Amino acid sequence: MISRFSSALLTLLLLTAPLPAHEEKSEHLTISHPWTRATAPSQKVGAVFMAITTNGATKDRLIGARSPDAEIVEIHGHSMDNGVMRMRPVDGVVIPAEGEAVLEPGGLHIMLINLKAPLLEETVIPLTLEFEKAGTVEIEVVVEAAGTRKAASATGHGAGHDVMNKTNDGTMKNDMEQDTMKHDAGGHGGHKH
Amino acid sequence: MNRKLPIIIVAFVVVVFAFGAWVHLRVAEPPESSPVGGMVVNVSIGGPFELTDHTGARMDDKALRGNYALIYFGYTSCPDVCPTELGGIAAAIDELGENGELVNPVMITIDPERDTPEVLAEYVPLFHDRLVGLTGTDAEIKDVAEKYRVFYRRFEDPNSTFYLMDHTSFVYLIDPDGGVASMFRYGTPHGDMADTIRQHMNARAKN
Repeated sequence: MISRFSSALLTLLLLTAPLPAHEEKSEHLTISHPWTRATAPSQKVGAVFMAITTNGATKDRLIGARSPDAEIVEIHGHSMDNGVMRMRPVDGVVIPAEGEAVLEPGGLHIMLINLKAPLLEETVIPLTLEFEKAGTVEIEVVVEAAGTRKAASATGHGAGHDVMNKTNDGTMKNDMEQDTMKHDAGGHGGHKH
Repeated sequence: MNRKLPIIIVAFVVVVFAFGAWVHLRVAEPPESSPVGGMVVNVSIGGPFELTDHTGARMDDKALRGNYALIYFGYTSCPDVCPTELGGIAAAIDELGENGELVNPVMITIDPERDTPEVLAEYVPLFHDRLVGLTGTDAEIKDVAEKYRVFYRRFEDPNSTFYLMDHTSFVYLIDPDGGVASMFRYGTPHGDMADTIRQHMNARAKN
């Protein structure tokens, strides 16, 4: 319960080094609602989604991730042509200055490969993110129901309302809804990496 | 980012171009006067199959007759797309309320090597209590995939023992006579899927 709460309130202020105050601010990143889906014991993979925002004027880049719960952790992107879905590793994810990068179903995700144990709904798993500038960031990822859908390509409202039904925290729901809408604007064509 | 990525994407586009053109020739948008939503299928897609379900029992397409079915071709080691689509199917069925009981959700694996009945049995209840998982021999899966115009291919990562599948991601609405009534593209909102099914049900009730 406590860990669920703390992860729901995951806003991390990241300092790579003791810098003067204004520069500290440029190093800030906010990770919003990292989540993944429950898996069956036989499933060896999972995908983690989140929004990453830079609060400062410096862009950053997510370059890697690791978790004690998975043997391999990679950053993956999607492409879709005429209904054929394809997922491949990508080198990293740029978080624009004063902007955000959204990892969402149908787009980018952090892929957990060779899970050591099934991901159980309503638990959390630790994940370490590595950024080019901000360095290492520890987060907790909330495990949601296996069929949870949020912010998928053309789903718009539908997916957004799924979110509304499945989370308990009011503030977070609204944040996710906004992200959903913003990124839906691109539709299918928005799935680039 | 990855400099090779544009090249890979271009290569992939070339590879799937023929497939895409082929699909476009066969799947047309519904005319405005169409009584129902979804894509109108104007050549024969679908057909008979006999596979093994997640309990280990043999099951053929005739077992689905009399009710509607939503069929999805996917695999359990699919980290994102398949859970999204299976979640959508479950949500569409829930949205239909009582009529949802007339729709049978089915997932046919395109990864029979890993998706044994035992593996499917652990997987399917995560999405819907009536979701049926189907697997088979390589030849059986190839046959049913060809009938439904499903493209799938194994993608091996040379650095890993783990592999992903590239695959077509459509949801097929099967009518009570066993025909493909509609196809839904990846990401179709579950509400739209439910509306289309409702329209088919109403059209059928009138005839």
